Amino acid sequence: MNMPTPARQTARRRSVLPGFGMSAAITTLMITAMVIVPLAVLGLRAASLGPTEFLAAAWTPRARAAYAVSLGASLTAAIASSVCGLLVAWVLVRINFPGRRLLDSLVDVPLALPTAVAGLVYSTLYVERGWLGRFLVPMGVQAAYSWLGIVLVLVFVSLPFTIRVVQPVLESLDRDTEEASRMLGASRRQTFLRVILPAIFPAVITGFALALARALGEYGAVVFISGNMPFKTEIAPVLIVSRLEEFAYAEATAIAVVLLAMSITLLVIVNGLQQRVARNAQ
Amino acid sequence: MQRSKRAFFSAIPLASGLALLLVAAFTGCSSSNTSSSDGASRPKAVELLNVSYDPTRELYRDINVAFAKHYEEQHGTIVTVKQSHAASGSQSRAVIDGLDADVVTLATWPDVEAIAKSGLIRADWQKRYDNNSLPYHSVVVFVVRKGNPQKIADWPDLDHGNISIITPNPKTSGNGKYSFLAAWGAILAAGGSEADAERFVSAIYRRTPVLDTGARAATATFSQKGIGDVHLTFEQEAHLEVNESKGELEIVYPKRSIRVDPPVAVVDQNADRKASRHAAEAYLGFLYSPEGRAIIASHHLRPWGDTPPPPAAGETWPEIETFDIAFVAGDWNNAMKKFFGEGGVFDAIYQPQPDKQPAKQAGNQAKKQGGT
Repeated sequence: MNMPTPARQTARRRSVLPGFGMSAAITTLMITAMVIVPLAVLGLRAASLGPTEFLAAAWTPRARAAYAVSLGASLTAAIASSVCGLLVAWVLVRINFPGRRLLDSLVDVPLALPTAVAGLVYSTLYVERGWLGRFLVPMGVQAAYSWLGIVLVLVFVSLPFTIRVVQPVLESLDRDTEEASRMLGASRRQTFLRVILPAIFPAVITGFALALARALGEYGAVVFISGNMPFKTEIAPVLIVSRLEEFAYAEATAIAVVLLAMSITLLVIVNGLQQRVARNAQ
Repeated sequence: MQRSKRAFFSAIPLASGLALLLVAAFTGCSSSNTSSSDGASRPKAVELLNVSYDPTRELYRDINVAFAKHYEEQHGTIVTVKQSHAASGSQSRAVIDGLDADVVTLATWPDVEAIAKSGLIRADWQKRYDNNSLPYHSVVVFVVRKGNPQKIADWPDLDHGNISIITPNPKTSGNGKYSFLAAWGAILAAGGSEADAERFVSAIYRRTPVLDTGARAATATFSQKGIGDVHLTFEQEAHLEVNESKGELEIVYPKRSIRVDPPVAVVDQNADRKASRHAAEAYLGFLYSPEGRAIIASHHLRPWGDTPPPPAAGETWPEIETFDIAFVAGDWNNAMKKFFGEGGVFDAIYQPQPDKQPAKQAGNQAKKQGGT
């Protein structure tokens, strides 16, 4: 290799971050190999279709219904997951009770459990004969093989993200400011809305974005509880698998590209929102 | 900014060097692999990979042990057979994408044919073993609840009262495809028209509350979650399901059903490259031997050939009239296009009702509209 040039020496001497060049190169290499190349292949495969073929594959009434199910259920689940995650994180950080450590470690279980198992367990619980279903179904709550069921498993698989993102922020929150707020005459509600929420809101949004991304791509858990009825509970990934079964790779990728475009759009919106919130907080 | 950019670019040679090293390591690995197995014309030990589908896991566990013993006695070579099981279609795609299978034993003809089309298997693969490379077959039967409360005896009984039916999605499952074809063919074989068959099959899927993506998921829905009155599945799967239910379920043989024909093939390119052809061919040939047939029968798959051995001593194979894919649809290509392809008969069943055209036309129409 080349001897270090003067330019590089100055760069090395002046750079604040030690080993920046090396780490930047490794990062680029990793991201290229793990993310950009596969995505490029995805794009290329879909591009082998002409525009009309692409639309015929990815924009049929049935596919549109599947996107609606996927997006609707994922958004609902991400919102529910953010709210629940905030509550759980609050309890874990602020309240000391016996078994707290155990509960805290249980939070990560959904990450370790194969999601197909989660789907099977949920659907077994909520069917008419199941432990929960035998009470819920007579009350008219059909959680197995329904839209509600999809949302339930998606909350399950995305909950660790929303909890783990908010938790450290809550921990680092200075209790003095809350006390100060109370001392200065703010109500509990005002303290929460004006002091606590602005501090944790960016983290909540990050958790929401992670949960949303996680939910949109989920296949294993959902197929066991959704019933996969076309136009009702069929998610877009099931359509992708159907097309793969026909060895129609390009058509399958077309659906994947649409799904990907939708989730990237959503993530960009969420990111924008977060930046605005962060600016306002300053 | 400027400074960090320079540092970044100077690191690029280093990174590309790293990448090269990685590539070299990979190719080095694979070349050393091939040279070791290429060495002798009669290797002392051979390893085969049998890429199969879900319901054959138990069958091939037994076959592999018996075959290893048989092959060592005959040729003095120790064979270890590894198995891989998953949904048949995804296994087929895995082989096409480079899974190093020596032999494939898959659920449906299109799954093997797709590998042949990719060039890994020679086009004449069906001719190379007896009975078009179909060493065993099964039939689609009914599994019902204890005592058969809905009195289901044959296909027409399925479209009665409030009977609900469990069968996996034919678009994602081989088991589901065969159930669909069995229902269709049963109507034709009883003298019905294509229109009758379409009405019947549509009625069946309207009675199907859940479309699981795979056969074993459908089994769980029926036997564990207690959903549905009848489960359409392969004979050998039905036996497993009934045995595990401890008396809660029983099998009903309809008068007629479809012959389920899982094909087998040597993956020529892989077998030649790995110098495992001799063992791979012997392995599939073993499925036709008396010993192999007895093992197949013990797993409730029906071995090919005259006087098939019974599933167990003293038992007999229940009589059932069968028809094959040729009777239902001409051939598999036709069946895939007509029934399970995009906009085919199965899709038409789920088209929303307000369409003005009759169901089948609506499917084609939707495709055309999407295309413009």
